[in-house]
Amino acid sequence: MKFLTQEDTKRICDKVMSMTKADECIVTINGGRTGNIRYARNAVSTAGLVENATMGVAVAYGKKQGIATINEFDDKSLEKALRIAEDLAKLAPENPEFMPAVSKQQFRATDTFSAKTAAIDPEFRAQTAAYSIEASRKNKLVSAGFFTDNTSFNTIANSNGVFGHQEATGVDFTCTVRTEDGRGSGWVKRSATDVSRFDAREASDVAIEKALRSVEAKALEPGRYTVILKPAATSELIGFMLGGFDARQADEGRSFLSKKGGGNRMGEKLFDQQVNIWSDPWDKDVGVLPWDGNTMLARERMDMIKDGRVSALDYSLFWAKKQGVRAIGSPGNMIMGGTSKSTQELIANTKKGVLVTRTWYIRLVDPQSVLLTGLTRDGTFYIENGKIKHPIKNFRFNESPVTMLNNIEEIGKPEIIAGDEVQYSMMIPAMKVRDFNFTSLSDAV
Amino acid sequence: MERRTFLKIGGGAAGALLVPVFGEAIAAEELMNPVGLAFKKSLADTALNAAAKAGASYCDVRIGRYLNQFITTRDLNVENIINTESSGVGVRVIANGAYGFASTNDMSPDSIANAARQAVAIARANARLQSEPLRMAPVKGVGDVAWATPYKKDWRTVPVKEKAEMLIAANKAGLDAGASFMTANLFQVNQQKYFASTDGSYIDQDIHRLWAPLTATAVDKATNRFRTRDGLASPMGMGYEYFDARPADKVQAAGGVTTLYRNSYDIVEDARAAAKHAREKLTAKTIEPGKYDLVLSPEHLFLTIHESVGHPTELDRVLGYEANYAGTSFATLDKWQTKKFKFGADRVNFIADKNEKGSLGAVGYDDEGVPAKRWDIIRDGVLVNYQATRDQAHIIGEKESHGCSYADSWNSVQFQRMPNVSLAAGKERLTPDEMVKDVKKGIYILGRGSYSIDQQRYNFQFGGQLYYEIKNGKIVGQVEDVAYQSNTQEFWNACSAICDQRDWRMGGSFFDGKGQPSQVSAVSHGSSTTRFNGINVINTARKIG
Repeated sequence: MKFLTQEDTKRICDKVMSMTKADECIVTINGGRTGNIRYARNAVSTAGLVENATMGVAVAYGKKQGIATINEFDDKSLEKALRIAEDLAKLAPENPEFMPAVSKQQFRATDTFSAKTAAIDPEFRAQTAAYSIEASRKNKLVSAGFFTDNTSFNTIANSNGVFGHQEATGVDFTCTVRTEDGRGSGWVKRSATDVSRFDAREASDVAIEKALRSVEAKALEPGRYTVILKPAATSELIGFMLGGFDARQADEGRSFLSKKGGGNRMGEKLFDQQVNIWSDPWDKDVGVLPWDGNTMLARERMDMIKDGRVSALDYSLFWAKKQGVRAIGSPGNMIMGGTSKSTQELIANTKKGVLVTRTWYIRLVDPQSVLLTGLTRDGTFYIENGKIKHPIKNFRFNESPVTMLNNIEEIGKPEIIAGDEVQYSMMIPAMKVRDFNFTSLSDAV
Repeated sequence: MERRTFLKIGGGAAGALLVPVFGEAIAAEELMNPVGLAFKKSLADTALNAAAKAGASYCDVRIGRYLNQFITTRDLNVENIINTESSGVGVRVIANGAYGFASTNDMSPDSIANAARQAVAIARANARLQSEPLRMAPVKGVGDVAWATPYKKDWRTVPVKEKAEMLIAANKAGLDAGASFMTANLFQVNQQKYFASTDGSYIDQDIHRLWAPLTATAVDKATNRFRTRDGLASPMGMGYEYFDARPADKVQAAGGVTTLYRNSYDIVEDARAAAKHAREKLTAKTIEPGKYDLVLSPEHLFLTIHESVGHPTELDRVLGYEANYAGTSFATLDKWQTKKFKFGADRVNFIADKNEKGSLGAVGYDDEGVPAKRWDIIRDGVLVNYQATRDQAHIIGEKESHGCSYADSWNSVQFQRMPNVSLAAGKERLTPDEMVKDVKKGIYILGRGSYSIDQQRYNFQFGGQLYYEIKNGKIVGQVEDVAYQSNTQEFWNACSAICDQRDWRMGGSFFDGKGQPSQVSAVSHGSSTTRFNGINVINTARKIG
């Protein structure tokens, strides 16, 4: 599949839109290539390269809409997809909540592309795996990991004159290093738009060091502890909570942001004063596309939480119109403000506490309070008098991120962290939190 | 890992464009045109010959056509109707003792031969980093054979309008019965898979699955509380006859607290009950934390089985191949080798069965051409076996593969995936009502709720949809804010009673994620209502802000 340029995709969008007599037409084209290498037990298991592109077309007659997608770009295929969308629109029941395509938008380009990332080759991927495997072997450890890089193009267009095209790149690396006897385990994750900010050797060494230090873990009684949570320990919890900043859910009374008696909690101080979370598509570290692919609205810098107060909610086009609110493109990244303090400094200021590297298998227990459960994993340590004393066994926690962000004592320096199951690119600082609720012990290493 | 939100369906049209998770969209009428068998065989032979010529010692070819439809509704509105199709060819080879894989969506002989040659080149490159050559358990070629999911009504022939109306009728029933909001969705899958290998097999399979999840939400704005109750339908490997709502398939839960479903589902009835239950939950008593005897309905227990028995007995996890993503396993080879490792109580028997009728995992042959089979995993409480593919069988002393190989698409490489793993019914006659009579202080749990387990499958926490307090042998009413925490081995050793075969039915996971890049599979787990004594229950109610 050819890597389509702006001229290519503009021509395709115009062609498709010109072929229909429907009331409106929306076209998206996304594609690119993704390379990956996977290894386990100190050997490469799979390696691959996937190239693909997909065009999606949605047409509407009144409030009836049909959708089709296709991954072939000859004229016949484009027309086939369009006619299918038209047929489905004619068959579909009328949707009273249907919203017409948005009017022309201005998109200011964001920082999402790196030529160096786009140039990654199989040799680079193999070398990344090799660093990790060789260093692990030297330390009598067993390494498993996954490196993936992608280079994509993204185009949106509609019959009201919206057009956007932008290229994006990214690398993502995770590595788990375990001791041969399975008593120690360390993990690392690195994400970047520009691969020159990624160092496979440095990353692998972090996982190796954690694996070596995590053997001989001692059991600590479950209970409430002061914790220092690394970014990979909180990103999923915070991302989960922010995913629930939906205005409609809140207004309908089925969200933790619903107000007693009706309405939502916009403007209320739900978090500690130190908590500031915003979205900014133009951020230099975690830039995202300048539009929201769902509504095709332009994104803006948005304060989600300002000095501990709820500062924005996410509105669908329908709900914004119903509530008389200006709709803005939904955010694609989340940045939490921090300080210049290193994790080491946070540890040095802690009398007794627990350092958590990573949390895992996080699921919602109660949407009313956003109570989440999950486990610590791959590097959990006991801190005493400002120093890491010894590794400890993993815990299960039951905690709400709302409570967690109320109990902040100190915040460190933000780091890039891509989520596993959250939709945002994120910058999250390490943070020291009191009374974090560990409810049971896990024997897992 | 059971994925949290596999489908994120946006409110707008463009949102739906972003989620062609099943492939490419096509019109309903096009779903019915099958690709000719002779054409597929000739394409397959092209790949097999090209791979052999390039030096492969083994080759398999999968020609796939994946047809799906999903319909989403919210209250009385249909939000999306999307048809998808994905077709292409995946070629896997062994050369120099290592795997290579390549795929193409161009069904021309040249392109397929080229994919086969690419796969051989990748295998040669991978061989340099391989520590030992692959050892494949033998499979006898079966020649030209076919298998299809047994179904009476093909979902592809049921008009979209009829399906949408069924979902809206369910939502309306829920809203009329007191729900503040309703959602009902319908996922339908058809996988047309043609497999050929240098062992001499040409296997044509036609696989059908469907699932109709719904959710009722009840809101009390005065107290600012809301509660939900999800539907109790199971995803099934069968046809649209699942929605026939036959009276013979309805089962009364213990104490008559709700109706449950075996091989067909009454979605309107369940939606109505869901609304009523969600409303009752708003004022249900909060649970006192402590130790309880748990009576777990099959619609709930399947997910606990999936996470605590299905995943830890996957051999690739045990060996460390999933260490960086899904995790490893406490059920290590040394424990299995003792032949004494008590995974559970004596009455606990787990059977893997890829032939189970109506199950999500039922196939004629796996994605390595191995015939579907049935085998014991836990017998009389002891760990006796794992789930293996051809290249793993020798590690556990098996002469044949268990047939556990699966790829979720023509462009994904096949690897070890979980078969249906089910808890055998109790041998003595026992109904759920009789089981409840023996409980002094307990909770009866129905439906799948919150779920989380550690990466080696020791510590877990599960919730459900419905919780009923049991006091002195009687169900006394709904309770809320319940989750149980346990350790896998302790939990299954605390199994104190299993209802008999009359109560046995399946639940299932439609979106089970594993691998990097992640692949999704579907699998069922059957059981009868089962009791576990003295399990730790926590109260999950919290106050915020």
